[in-house]
Amino acid sequence: MRPALALLQRILGFVIVFFGVTFVIYFAVFSLPGDPIRALAGDRAIPQGVIDALHAQYRLDQPLWQQYSAYIGGLFHGDFGIDFRGRPVGEQMLARWPVTIALALTAWGIEVVLGVAIGVISALRKGTVIDKSLLALTVLASCIPVFVLGAVAQLVFGVSLGWLPVAGVSDGWPISYILPAAVIAVFGLAAVSRLVRSSVIESLGSDYVRTARAKGLGEPRVVGVHVMRNSLIPASTFLATDLGYLLGGTVIIEGIFNLPGVGNLLFSAIRSHEGATVVGVSTALILIFLITTIVVDALHAVLDPRSRLG
Amino acid sequence: MTDDTGVLLAVRSLRVAFDLEGDSHVGVADVSFEVGAGEILAIVGESGSGKSVASMAVLGLLPENASVEGAIEFEGRDILGLSAGELRGIRGSGIAMIFQDPVAALNPVFTVGFQIVEAVRAQNGGLPKAQARRRAVELLELVGIPDAERRLDSYPHQLSGGQCQRVMIAMALAGEPRLLIADEPTTALDVTVQAEILDVLRSLRDRVGLSILMITHDMGVVADIADRVVVMKEGNVVERGNVAEIFTRPQAEYTHRLLSAVPRFGGRDDATHAESTEATLSVRSLVVEYGGRLRGLVRAVDDVSLSVAPGEILGVVGESGSGKTTIGRAVIGLAPVTAGTIEVCGVDLATRDRVARQRMRRRVGVVFQNPATSLNPRFSVAETVSEPLRMIARLRGSELSDRTDALLASVGLDGRWRERYSHELSGGQRQRVAIARAVALDPDLLIADEPTSALDVSVQARVLDVFRELQERLGFACVFISHDLAVVDSLCDSVAVMHRGRVVEQGSRARVLFDPAEEYTRRLIASAPVPDPAEQRLRREARRAV
Repeated sequence: MRPALALLQRILGFVIVFFGVTFVIYFAVFSLPGDPIRALAGDRAIPQGVIDALHAQYRLDQPLWQQYSAYIGGLFHGDFGIDFRGRPVGEQMLARWPVTIALALTAWGIEVVLGVAIGVISALRKGTVIDKSLLALTVLASCIPVFVLGAVAQLVFGVSLGWLPVAGVSDGWPISYILPAAVIAVFGLAAVSRLVRSSVIESLGSDYVRTARAKGLGEPRVVGVHVMRNSLIPASTFLATDLGYLLGGTVIIEGIFNLPGVGNLLFSAIRSHEGATVVGVSTALILIFLITTIVVDALHAVLDPRSRLG
Repeated sequence: MTDDTGVLLAVRSLRVAFDLEGDSHVGVADVSFEVGAGEILAIVGESGSGKSVASMAVLGLLPENASVEGAIEFEGRDILGLSAGELRGIRGSGIAMIFQDPVAALNPVFTVGFQIVEAVRAQNGGLPKAQARRRAVELLELVGIPDAERRLDSYPHQLSGGQCQRVMIAMALAGEPRLLIADEPTTALDVTVQAEILDVLRSLRDRVGLSILMITHDMGVVADIADRVVVMKEGNVVERGNVAEIFTRPQAEYTHRLLSAVPRFGGRDDATHAESTEATLSVRSLVVEYGGRLRGLVRAVDDVSLSVAPGEILGVVGESGSGKTTIGRAVIGLAPVTAGTIEVCGVDLATRDRVARQRMRRRVGVVFQNPATSLNPRFSVAETVSEPLRMIARLRGSELSDRTDALLASVGLDGRWRERYSHELSGGQRQRVAIARAVALDPDLLIADEPTSALDVSVQARVLDVFRELQERLGFACVFISHDLAVVDSLCDSVAVMHRGRVVEQGSRARVLFDPAEEYTRRLIASAPVPDPAEQRLRREARRAV
């Protein structure tokens, strides 16, 4: 009964967050100054009749709360609305999401593998030159802005060395994705490796590691099983949240590498005042964030028996 | 008990130094001892005496900055000369170890079964999982865990401290070691649980001939279990001998001091207190519940009534989780009162009059268990003690500093200590500062929550002297919360025994401690070890009878 109650409370929290955030975005986009229909026509004059008809079609003549509830109503039927050029937003996103998801997951994979490896190595070699230089390197790399790092990567690996494509997705996964994914992964690398390093160090000094050694286990087993399982708990929480950020934070990198993902879609939608598209993409992102939060909580319960309810 | 069939472990001229950023710090200066087959040797000493360091050195578990000299021979082989791999071969199968904090010593994310099975398989390489699991069940049954099969799937946090220590012992036995090193194995446990764990260890020695090297600071534990004793002080052995000799004819002056510092049962008459009309503290039908809508309520204190007369010291005793600390917290307004009333000097704690409530709170002082965390690390000693004088009594200038000096002097700290910070003080000094702070406003009532539990016995004795002297001079009433019956016996006028949130027995000290009416009180008293091997044997038999 108690876990059910806790779940109910959590779901209620998500519902509030979902409606709150979508409304704020909706409100922000649709209260932008200027009439999007007139903006669509540019400098040319359009007949008032056409404007009225379009206003009615897009519910722009209705008060905000009616527009919002109609939008949310559509959302529950899987309808993300139609942009001002008459294309369904849902379809556009459907075409773009696979690119962004592939990019984010690749970046995440790189971040996990490199971050954990660097963290564990520097923890085991605490205080040595290896530890200090790995630390300095990750911090330095994450200090470089994404667009600089992206451009340099294109120049070195794409143009000079010719190992990987400079831009586009014509070579498919993974060839086309490696370079942009590596660039955004570098950003989170410092945080992940530091987190792993400090929790591995903490775990190495703990009583249960002393017990593991005292019962005659070899060092690989002590570190690989007893230390790792405990140190990955804080890191996993961070990494799972970071996946959410990676999915939402691909705008710049998709621009630099000319990848037809959701970030690119969002960017052009903002430029051309496509309210429905902006709200649609943002709503999808919010859903992703909320789902990652649930996954993080579930993951935490799997990894750490102490946090299980009941 | 002991026969000289052979020496199992011989430590000769052991010296351990730690390299602390270039400075060499000696942990063990020169220590030699031997453990015979089937023998229980106790190494006794206060914190910092090097007793734990010496035992860690035996298994090569010291941190990397430690350098070890001398010789450690186990079954004739010099351990110090072994490679890492050879040493691992001895760990678990030759020598096993259990530790002070059994809950922390088990890995929190693996089941108890996983950890025991792992130990079993580490010792018998190719043993199939199912067989290893059966062996784990046997081991748990051997250390007296009921329903062992089901317990294998429990996580450490689902077990009590005593059960965790049994699991640790089971795990240590997985490789059928000849020697068990037990580093303060019962220090974190309640007396009743401590008695059970010591029984388990004793029976292992008797049944399978296990030798035990017991590290402890508790003379009661030594009297209970040891055959021979080594007394350590500041990295050296000051005395060694069999247990009867050490207790009846201690040679070294330090051993004498250590023994006389141990509070003992009995030997004090009830002080008579003038019957007073108004109690300083009056608690009626107190109920405290913790928890929320999600977790369900836990009743920490259940219908408790207590009364403390002016100048009276009431000892509240019980095991951990009995609710004794919660009562103290409720009196100072730190615990949610579900029902019942608390009155201090006739003022109801729940009064709506904010001024009256504040004024009443000023008349209550508090001393907490851990002085290391209850003193602000950024405050000097003088700042700590003078804060209530400045903020509440509004003293300034020379009046303030005179009063601060007087307070520090009253707990035996002279002017040199004024500008020191908490981390520069020893545990006993910190607790004296905490006491000075608590009595700064000359309170009518002092709540002392296990004020000496974190301290070594000899330090505890000095702090208790300071406390007793202050109480006699200032005459405050006191609620003295403790799990140590001997301390309560030496200090208190009356005693309340708590069990699962309820007061099971209360009355004058002599009546409750020496003529207990309740079964639970009798069990508690029987479990508390006394520093006398002969008497302890009688008590053990008496406890089995209870």
